[in-house]
Amino acid sequence: MIHDVAIIGSGPAGYTAAIYAARAELKPIMFEGYEYGGSLMNTTDVENFPGFKDGIMGPDLMMEMRGQAERFGTDMRMELVDSVELEGPVKRIHVGDEVHEARTVILATGAAPRLLGVEGEDTLMGRGVSTCATCDGFFFKGREIAVIGGGDSAMEEATFLTKFADKVTIVHRREEFRASAIMLERAKANDKIEFALNKVVDHVIDDGGKVGGIMLRDTVTGEVSELPVAAMFVAIGHDPRSAFLEGQVALKEGGYVEVAEPSTATSVRGVFACGDLVDDHYQQAITAAGSGCRAAIDAEHFLAAL
Amino acid sequence: MSTNNVVDVTQDTFKSVVIESDKPVIVDFWAEWCGPCKKLSPIIEDIAAEMGDQVTVAKVDVDSERTLGAMFQIMSIPSVLIFKDGEKVDEFVGLRPKKEIVAKLESHL
Repeated sequence: MIHDVAIIGSGPAGYTAAIYAARAELKPIMFEGYEYGGSLMNTTDVENFPGFKDGIMGPDLMMEMRGQAERFGTDMRMELVDSVELEGPVKRIHVGDEVHEARTVILATGAAPRLLGVEGEDTLMGRGVSTCATCDGFFFKGREIAVIGGGDSAMEEATFLTKFADKVTIVHRREEFRASAIMLERAKANDKIEFALNKVVDHVIDDGGKVGGIMLRDTVTGEVSELPVAAMFVAIGHDPRSAFLEGQVALKEGGYVEVAEPSTATSVRGVFACGDLVDDHYQQAITAAGSGCRAAIDAEHFLAAL
Repeated sequence: MSTNNVVDVTQDTFKSVVIESDKPVIVDFWAEWCGPCKKLSPIIEDIAAEMGDQVTVAKVDVDSERTLGAMFQIMSIPSVLIFKDGEKVDEFVGLRPKKEIVAKLESHL
């Protein structure tokens, strides 16, 4: 069986594409990955998604989107795509031993948390190093924590972590912040939060298999100092999940998929891309959802013209 | 106690359910507020339904069972520990595909 539409990825972009494609009676098949739901599954309150005046929890929002996509007949597969063959009129999607075929493919695999790449980070992941404050903050009650980053997610994580930690230090490599004014002010007003500016992490101290602190290096003076923390939460942004697309569709600098704006068409006919996989600038749930809608409509028009 | 169910383990029952089990035991440390845990739970339930006669499938709510969390130095959830003959033989943190978890369990049968 050749599907009309296959969607790879399950964040706001993927689910919105599925809702539109399913409502257009294209019976989409969707590969959600086993970590379905996207980046918002690791957040708490989402206060800027229109339609929820009191805010909504990130995982709840994603379960609503998922349910809506399912309601209109999306074939959901909680499976991870291994590789794709996108050239030609019939695209092939490899999942384990199975091969699925589709006339159009919508790529919506989003972005994965970026790591620092310093010594001790990888080996102590899950032992005090984390990229998910909502998952792991609980285990550091009454302790001191470092949050690395200067954007909205760093501010949000730091503010959230003060629920558990005695002190949270935001470590940022510059003095200027990418964070929005409201998030930055909220962090600055919190008396449990301190800032270590013009500092980068040199390495993570391994104290018998758990985080014993982090060594910071001043970007101006070069001076090295120890920050005695039990945990380090890394919130320095995301990288697009496009490694499996290399050599298949044209990528931009940073690994983002190139699309022919204002459409979502990639360099390959019948292949569309949306969400954080494409967007190196806005990276919001609502912009991802919007581009997922556009991708589904583009795929529908493409199929109608076949 | 049905073999098709995931056993909710507490500090009081940990010894009898996990340590003294004559089958391999997989223990999922989770909490209500943990998004990724909600994605792992259905996989763990599937494994309980499919392999329940060969392995014991258990879960620990770290919110109410802080001593167990501390005992195994859980610092991130979901954390999954596999026990055999009362000893921890394998562990992983975060989500994994079902077939990978099943393969880990099968290697201890």
